[in-house]
Amino acid sequence: MRVWAQSRLVQKLLRGTSATIAVFTLVLFVASTSQPASAFPAFARKYGLRCSACHESWPMLNYFGQKFKDNGYQLMNDRDAPIWQNPGYWPVAFRFTPFWSRESTNKVQVDTGEGTSGLQRITTTGFNYGGLDILSGGTLEKNISFLFVPSSDELGAFHFESANVRFNNLLHSPWLNVKVGKFELDSFISEKRTLTLSGAGGGYQLFHFVPVGDGNIFAQLGDNQLGVEWMGHSMDDRTRISAAVFSSTDGNPDVGYGQNSYSAFFAASHAFSAGKLGVQRIGGYALIGQAATSFLTQNGGDPIPGSGTGNKSFSRVGFEALFYLGPKLDVQVFTQHGSDNAWFGACYGDVFDTGCNNTDGVLPDGARNPTWNGAFVETHFVWNPQFTIIQRSEWVRMSQQAFADTPSNLGNIDTYVFGYRYNPFMTSRAGFAFHNEFSWFRQRGGAPDGTDLSTNSLMAGFDFVF
Amino acid sequence: MRVIQSVYGFAGVLGLILAGGFTVSAQDVPDVGPHPPQPMRAMESHIGNVTGHAKDGKMNFRRYCAGCHGDLGDGNGENAQWIDPKPRDFTIATFKCRSTPTGTLPTDQDLYNSIGRGFTNSNMPIWNTFSPQQRADLVAYIKTFSARWEKEKAGDVIKIPPEPPVTLESIAHGKALFTKLECWKCHGPQGKGDGPSASTLTDSKDQPIRPYNFADGRDDSRFKCGSTNQDIYKIFMTGVDGTPMPSFADVIQPNDAWDLVHFLRTLQIHRHSKENEVLAAAHGVIPPYVEKQENNPAPAAQPENKPPSSGGH
Repeated sequence: MRVWAQSRLVQKLLRGTSATIAVFTLVLFVASTSQPASAFPAFARKYGLRCSACHESWPMLNYFGQKFKDNGYQLMNDRDAPIWQNPGYWPVAFRFTPFWSRESTNKVQVDTGEGTSGLQRITTTGFNYGGLDILSGGTLEKNISFLFVPSSDELGAFHFESANVRFNNLLHSPWLNVKVGKFELDSFISEKRTLTLSGAGGGYQLFHFVPVGDGNIFAQLGDNQLGVEWMGHSMDDRTRISAAVFSSTDGNPDVGYGQNSYSAFFAASHAFSAGKLGVQRIGGYALIGQAATSFLTQNGGDPIPGSGTGNKSFSRVGFEALFYLGPKLDVQVFTQHGSDNAWFGACYGDVFDTGCNNTDGVLPDGARNPTWNGAFVETHFVWNPQFTIIQRSEWVRMSQQAFADTPSNLGNIDTYVFGYRYNPFMTSRAGFAFHNEFSWFRQRGGAPDGTDLSTNSLMAGFDFVF
Repeated sequence: MRVIQSVYGFAGVLGLILAGGFTVSAQDVPDVGPHPPQPMRAMESHIGNVTGHAKDGKMNFRRYCAGCHGDLGDGNGENAQWIDPKPRDFTIATFKCRSTPTGTLPTDQDLYNSIGRGFTNSNMPIWNTFSPQQRADLVAYIKTFSARWEKEKAGDVIKIPPEPPVTLESIAHGKALFTKLECWKCHGPQGKGDGPSASTLTDSKDQPIRPYNFADGRDDSRFKCGSTNQDIYKIFMTGVDGTPMPSFADVIQPNDAWDLVHFLRTLQIHRHSKENEVLAAAHGVIPPYVEKQENNPAPAAQPENKPPSSGGH
């Protein structure tokens, strides 16, 4: 729920409705503390391995955990099939996060008198909790695995974050694995497994970025998608490659707005040993797709599901890397060049947002493809397997606005996050972490008056999975 | 006077008893109380041109290994009670997979290979995601758990002669050896791990242990200590220390061992192999083995303790 809620909220925020701004940070934070498809003590129980065996610091995977995932949640030791398990074993885990937080937004439009309003900083503190993730996954038989993640928001509204089945090692080859259903795109830097939780810094901006006034809501990198994926890897997982085709519905079932159009995601990476420094991984990805920009309507303007026409294209491409600088320090680097078709940039496509929903079918004069570049660098200092210090800096810069008269920096984002995560104990039965984090977010021109909007979050809480 | 003598006598007996008691007590009472932490042995490992250092392996041992093998390396991690077979106890420095004779320490390369290969049919994963340096560091750290590594050197690596061609005769000889050496008593006549002794087997720590089931083998099958014919050969000649699987180095000749390897491959009836191709060409029938004339003028009969049948089904 977090990801979808975030992407919608970001869009609304950018369109400057004051009510949305007022609740932006709090809601975003509450939503962002739910991180589906994360650490999975059911696997630890099944195999008798500590969380640290698969996770750098849960939920972030280390190389062994990535290989386990790429093998279809199998260790490949001939004990993977459920028949080897105690009949009482149940492949289910739960994750929940109670916390205290302080959220502050610099420019919120507030009423100041009859018919007048002004901008004011709003700061909110209080106790809260994130949603509940129910994680169920494992093997149905040797080389047939599944993942099923019902996930709720903090109010208990459930959706299915993941629901897929995977056929592994077809023809006895690790290069032939096929997954069908709703799944996370195969970027080895995973937002689902990020170590950050706070409202302003919990997610990766680049996984959801949409330019101001852009109507492309169809395929965000950070959202789980509905489709089919082929994935292959070397025996030691040093080389990984994948390709996925999915509906341009941003992972939402039973919606008509993106049906009849498809997107594709490609990823490849290679890891190599660098002596004392450790194993380094570098790779690249490309998300390309197309989606409708206009719809037939009924009842005076309601879009008719499945009636989308005028497919236009979009793309997100970039490099990603994971560098180890010795046993305790690693750095993730992620870059992106994004581009949307001019029709999206002119606010076509978003069938939900009445504030930015062009339907007249005419491309405004001078409209052009909005493009942007971005990157983040995330550093983890693993003092020991129980204590990890986290830092992330992220920047998004528009390189071309949809219209020439738009300020060139409108929508640019800077985000900085700093925190730590401490696991008081480390077993194969449950994960428990004290999490403390501060984050700061700024978007150029994001405030209602066209100036910069900034928010910051401070959170402290307990993240547990069992 | 008698009273005094009695007193002296009683005192003497009592003194002896007490002295004995104290002596016994001094011997039996353990060294209770906290011990100062022992400094880590500065152990190294040498894998090719990579040198592993124990101090650098400690964190990864704790992260990846200690849950089963225990922080003290004694095989008593918190998960050990749930695991079958039990994790290795590094404090006794007895290792299953070696290239060295039975009873000797393995080479660093042996331990390095074991980490990267994992152990099939156990909870020990394939840890091949480590860098060579990380694996070498872990090997060095594992060696800190037993003083044997300070007092002894690894055994000499056994020599593996080139594998002779697979023939029906070599398979037949291997079958005869399988019978003669009573492999079937544990591994079963068809290699299914269901021999008459199978249910009674325990390892050196009295934990139940199962013999390998050859019949389940597929194309991707592995043995505990590898997957190649050379690995099987090595298992015969080095034994699997800590288990009932002995070394046959003093019992059979190298060529005999290769014949046994060829026969064992035919027990993996679902596996594509040269051995099964040869057997299929003979319509799946392994002929009785006949000793060569120059070695033994008398035709060899099947051993007396012949199992119901073995192989070639």
